[in-house]
Amino acid sequence: MDKKETPTPKPAMTMKRRKFLRTLVMTGGLVGASLVGLVPVAKGWVKRLRPPGALLEKDFLASCIKCGQCVQVCPVEAISLADLIDGVGVGTPIIDPRQQACDFSCDGLQCVLACPTGALTHHINYPHEAEMAVAKVVRPKLCLASQGKGVHGTARGDNFHGLLRYDEVDRWNPIPVSDHQYDLEVCDLCVRQCPIEIRIAQCAAGNPPAGDENQCPPEPAIRLVETGEVDGRKTFAPEVLSGCVGCGVCEMICPAEPSVFEMGLDNRGGHA
Amino acid sequence: MKKLVESLSVLFGKTPGRPAPEEISKKAQTVHAGMAEKMTRELHLHVAAERAKKAAAANVWRRRRWAVLIVVNLLFVVSYKFDIQLMEGALTGSRFVGFHMADLNAALQVMLAYKQVLINLLIGIVTIFLVWWLLGGRTFCSWVCPYHLLSEWAEILHLKLAKKKLVKDNSFDRRGRTLLWITFAVLAFATGYTIFETISPTGIISRALIYGPGVALVWVLGLLLFEVLYSRRAWCRYACPIGLTYGLVGSLSPMKVVHDASKCFNDGACRQVCMVPHVLNSTIKGRAKTVKTDLGADCTRCGACMDVCPTDALNFKFKGMGKL
Repeated sequence: MDKKETPTPKPAMTMKRRKFLRTLVMTGGLVGASLVGLVPVAKGWVKRLRPPGALLEKDFLASCIKCGQCVQVCPVEAISLADLIDGVGVGTPIIDPRQQACDFSCDGLQCVLACPTGALTHHINYPHEAEMAVAKVVRPKLCLASQGKGVHGTARGDNFHGLLRYDEVDRWNPIPVSDHQYDLEVCDLCVRQCPIEIRIAQCAAGNPPAGDENQCPPEPAIRLVETGEVDGRKTFAPEVLSGCVGCGVCEMICPAEPSVFEMGLDNRGGHA
Repeated sequence: MKKLVESLSVLFGKTPGRPAPEEISKKAQTVHAGMAEKMTRELHLHVAAERAKKAAAANVWRRRRWAVLIVVNLLFVVSYKFDIQLMEGALTGSRFVGFHMADLNAALQVMLAYKQVLINLLIGIVTIFLVWWLLGGRTFCSWVCPYHLLSEWAEILHLKLAKKKLVKDNSFDRRGRTLLWITFAVLAFATGYTIFETISPTGIISRALIYGPGVALVWVLGLLLFEVLYSRRAWCRYACPIGLTYGLVGSLSPMKVVHDASKCFNDGACRQVCMVPHVLNSTIKGRAKTVKTDLGADCTRCGACMDVCPTDALNFKFKGMGKL
């Protein structure tokens, strides 16, 4: 053999090395891809309304097993599961209140009961104990009441698909908002349809939901404050109060386009 | 004990080799020695004929398995669509007529991230552990996981393209899966977020079937394309931590596929169709340590080997009940 000939690596060795490198690249790639999903979540770039009982976002993300059982039990189908591009955790439940708010028509917090991991805390039993968000009046100028205007007809038009429970229509089944006609001189839908305010009124009339005194909210959630007059009509402005749980019904039912309300997630949005 | 250690180390990525002569039992040695005798021309013809018959019979176990896989996944879909509350939730976590079940890998991720365990989750974990311990661990993969089915179809396509020399199967080091399993466990604990779920095709497909498709399916499509064009069954073979979790459960399971060396002609048909051929080491000439060998923990109990074995040398067995 010629001693000057440089030793070339055996084919088997190159194959092995290649396989090792391939494996390293794939393993690294998969971990990298999964970490990309973490970035928007960890940075909190997007905040979305979670179902009632949701833990504080950090704990919620840790504990949610992404099974969607909360989605399945919701009578108004308010909950959907986040997609990859939503940036709040693939498969975690979110609520888009303008499309469909949580109206607590299940009374018993079915989503909380359905949650297998406690990501929706089992420590709450009643709607008024939820801490989903706090409603914010973000577009006060659009408010019909502030212009002295009323609502005659449906709240959101005939093409709106959202559901709401109207106790006086059907105690057990939510109906499409587009099936319900209003005839109001001054719009007060945000107060009128507020699940907390409805319960307060029922309790005041000696008629708590399911005959259970515990269902009675301790504090009011929203009211209209008189602000003056326009063309001989009284004007009002909505004021959110300490009893608000952030369910999003005011945002959904608001006839203004876009809604006067948004669910504020800065100071609320989860149970400790 | 020694068998279990071997089964687990192969599960974690070891490539099984040729046993030392002293490791082979007397009976197995006799079987190996008699092999030459067995290989008469007539027998060859017999085996070839049986093989052709099997091929014509078209995958009995595969048909059963696909039927079960589709029914289980449809159960979730139908239960939700028609609100019959039979199987609520998705594969990651569910309730079967009200009784909690939790995917072991998803539950593990949640426990590591959240560092608390709720009683409902614990019930779900114990239930599912018992179910898959009884049924064989990775049985979950081949009989329930929806990605497995898609991946099988991708595999058919891959093999067709490979036959035409349009693609080539690039293998990976199986220890990568163990590394991924550990990495995702550590990441869940350290970040407090169930990071693996972002890329878990099992969860993504299960939810897509039940709650409607989403952009996340693009990721699944990417994985399938990778398998078709670059590496046969790559995700299930080399990557999926769920498979490793269930493999661990199955390592002690009474439900096994057993290989009978006295019937085996070392034909190799089984290893060609098997997704985890390293569990079929005993089917290679001279490698069976005992006449009957239980296949290792990584075996998904899919039955593909039985569908092709011309001599009936591979069978399901439930410990204490004999051949099924």
